[in-house]
Amino acid sequence: MEFGAWNLTFGYSEIMDRIAIVGIGMTKQERRKEAETFSDMVFEAVTKALNDAEMTIQEIDNIVTGCNDFWDGRTISSMAVGDASGAWDKNISCVEGDGTFAALYGMTRILSGSYATTLVTAHSKGSESISSLITNAMFDPIYTRPLGLDAITSAALQARRYMDRFGITEEQCARVSVKNHKNAKNNPYSQLPMDISVEDVLRSRTLASPIKLLDASPISDGACALILANEKSAKRFSKHPVWIKGVGCCADAYHLGDRDLSESKSLERAAKTAYQMAGISSPIKEIDVAELYDAFTYQELMWTEGLGFCNKGDGGRLLEKGETEREGPIPVNPSGGCLSAHAVITAGLIRMAEATLQVRGEAGKRQIDGVKTALAHGINGPCGQAHCVWILGK
Amino acid sequence: MAKRVAVVGSGQTYHKSQRLDVNGVELIHEAVSKALEETHLTRDDIDLIIIGNMDHFEGINYVDMWSIDGSGGLMKPTIKLTTGGTTGSTLAIAGYHMVASGLFNVALVIGWEKNSESDTTAAINTAFDPVWDRLTFAGAIGGLALEASVYMHNYGVTEKDAARVVVRDRKNACGNPYAHLRKEVTIEEVLKSPMLCDPVKLLDMCPRSDGACAVIFASEDVAEKTTDTPAWIWGVANRHLYTFINDVDFHGLHSLKNASRELYQKCGIKEPLKEIDVIELYQPYSFGGLLWLESLGLCKDGEAPRLLWDGMTDMDGELPINPSGGVIPTNPIGATGLIRCAEAAMQIMGKAEGHQVPGVNIAMSTGFGGCMWSDILLYGKKRPG
Repeated sequence: MEFGAWNLTFGYSEIMDRIAIVGIGMTKQERRKEAETFSDMVFEAVTKALNDAEMTIQEIDNIVTGCNDFWDGRTISSMAVGDASGAWDKNISCVEGDGTFAALYGMTRILSGSYATTLVTAHSKGSESISSLITNAMFDPIYTRPLGLDAITSAALQARRYMDRFGITEEQCARVSVKNHKNAKNNPYSQLPMDISVEDVLRSRTLASPIKLLDASPISDGACALILANEKSAKRFSKHPVWIKGVGCCADAYHLGDRDLSESKSLERAAKTAYQMAGISSPIKEIDVAELYDAFTYQELMWTEGLGFCNKGDGGRLLEKGETEREGPIPVNPSGGCLSAHAVITAGLIRMAEATLQVRGEAGKRQIDGVKTALAHGINGPCGQAHCVWILGK
Repeated sequence: MAKRVAVVGSGQTYHKSQRLDVNGVELIHEAVSKALEETHLTRDDIDLIIIGNMDHFEGINYVDMWSIDGSGGLMKPTIKLTTGGTTGSTLAIAGYHMVASGLFNVALVIGWEKNSESDTTAAINTAFDPVWDRLTFAGAIGGLALEASVYMHNYGVTEKDAARVVVRDRKNACGNPYAHLRKEVTIEEVLKSPMLCDPVKLLDMCPRSDGACAVIFASEDVAEKTTDTPAWIWGVANRHLYTFINDVDFHGLHSLKNASRELYQKCGIKEPLKEIDVIELYQPYSFGGLLWLESLGLCKDGEAPRLLWDGMTDMDGELPINPSGGVIPTNPIGATGLIRCAEAAMQIMGKAEGHQVPGVNIAMSTGFGGCMWSDILLYGKKRPG
């Protein structure tokens, strides 16, 4: 039997319906939103997305929430945001993981012919969480959890392996932080707009060698909402539909020792799928801007390699040549990225919202000139075990 | 173009209060292996993994990532869904949509739970709003007891009526090798069992079980190549109406009522009692086996006890409910809704062996959970038009 993994005819074929992003809404990401509950944040994002799409909640026919029981400290975390997502008497589901995966399920619910418009939401309040405990719970309870592995210490292992194999330097990593915090100055929704130097990053407190405070993303509170629609509805509701050209996701091995942490095979596979769907053969030439899930500085470098923007091990040089700067051929994270604001679960959906704004030409001061095609990226699991890649375009 | 979708096979583990012989990943692998074996598919044939459970029952974050070795998701698209008690049915609905989308031909859908590794009620308590609900009204049993009390008050339904539901389901479970509690009980035993939360007694309630279930969903392009008897999915619908438990209107299960009406309309069902041949109802307590039949529109409000005592829902009745025994004998929470899907499909496929209902053309499965939420799927022998 010949079973294909993904049907790659989506996006540029008559066979499948076309899907567009017709509305986006984000809260400002902040260190602590003291006065706002999960549902307050989601309601703000949903209201903004509906206004953006010039739709009412009655015109939304189904909902997918992106939630995580651990980050929320609530079993059935989707329950807290059902009313804020306008889910009353509608079909609804919940993806537990990064928002990019919630959007993928949201899209298939339209492609299945069941619905015309999906509202996708995501939220997280890092301020109410103990992230080391929550990310420690990603690890095997018998073998690896007692070692104290969490998001930061496991990332440190990955960073060390990556730097060791390819000669990536701490300075190169630091430059990612400098670039993204500077970019955040153009983004009113970001948390840490800063002018910092490579020296500042190198001198910042070590969290887990080689990762220092300014190599790591901050703890943030925030929510994001996105409205997906089929072609008929997109044309009805939106002055500026942004079309989904391709998507791919893939998961690698779980145990860190089962992977070579210096490269990301699952990202390569996810990107390949998305590029094939979108008909992209030369990503660096054909993609005009990329919003990547840079939870740590080294990750942005690694992900640019996995996405095929450069050869394996060349992520540092790509950055040093200025190619990922705002003015470069492939600007990465003009929003400031996760390094400047990182509401977990929400972060990937924000990458999609930012990519949408770039394609529309509505990204304000962070707009890159002449964007026709944008890439958005999200991750799940320790050390980027799973990746989801989206290609959006005009 | 959207694709038609069918269930082409499934696998279940044996259920116990504690499966000490396996860890979570091994438990998942047990169900997955059985599903692959039954369908003669290999890991290479699977395009997508959809997995779910309730995190706080095992204390594993990012279960889709942790379970890769058991699910077979290595270098495949893998996605996790969770919605509480409805997780299993939510997974089945996702299996339908993701395959119907045309992006994937074959999805392996997995629900699992090792309830033995948690304090179930403590974990469920955190589902409710910490300020408004949790201190006054939480856990699984309290809400159900309130629903039962309102129902008894409105229609004079008795604890004995509810006990008859338990007798039926526990008897049916004896025909199902995978059921957890395979021992018949009498009405007297149910009535005399210890009170948990008036009027719900120990034997009115489901147990907590360790177990897993895997169901394979295939598109029309491959379904008939995989099995001669695919169980076609005719439609899916759900309602997760409430965020606050104190908002719930307990006069009938509104989520089930609204979702079923949508589904009947989609699938052209006019007289559900006559047209549907078997239901696998996610019914975690006995009174649900009465009230929820009314919410499904199988009879008028207050008439479910008559349906039950007339034997209409027994194995040889007009509309057998829970031939597998359902949830009262077996409840690995994240898998429970998906087991209903597997069992409904088995009835269509004629593979239910010791608990097969003869001549099933249309089957239904449901999910229940969260804040009095419901999910439903309808299956048919006939390929949908």
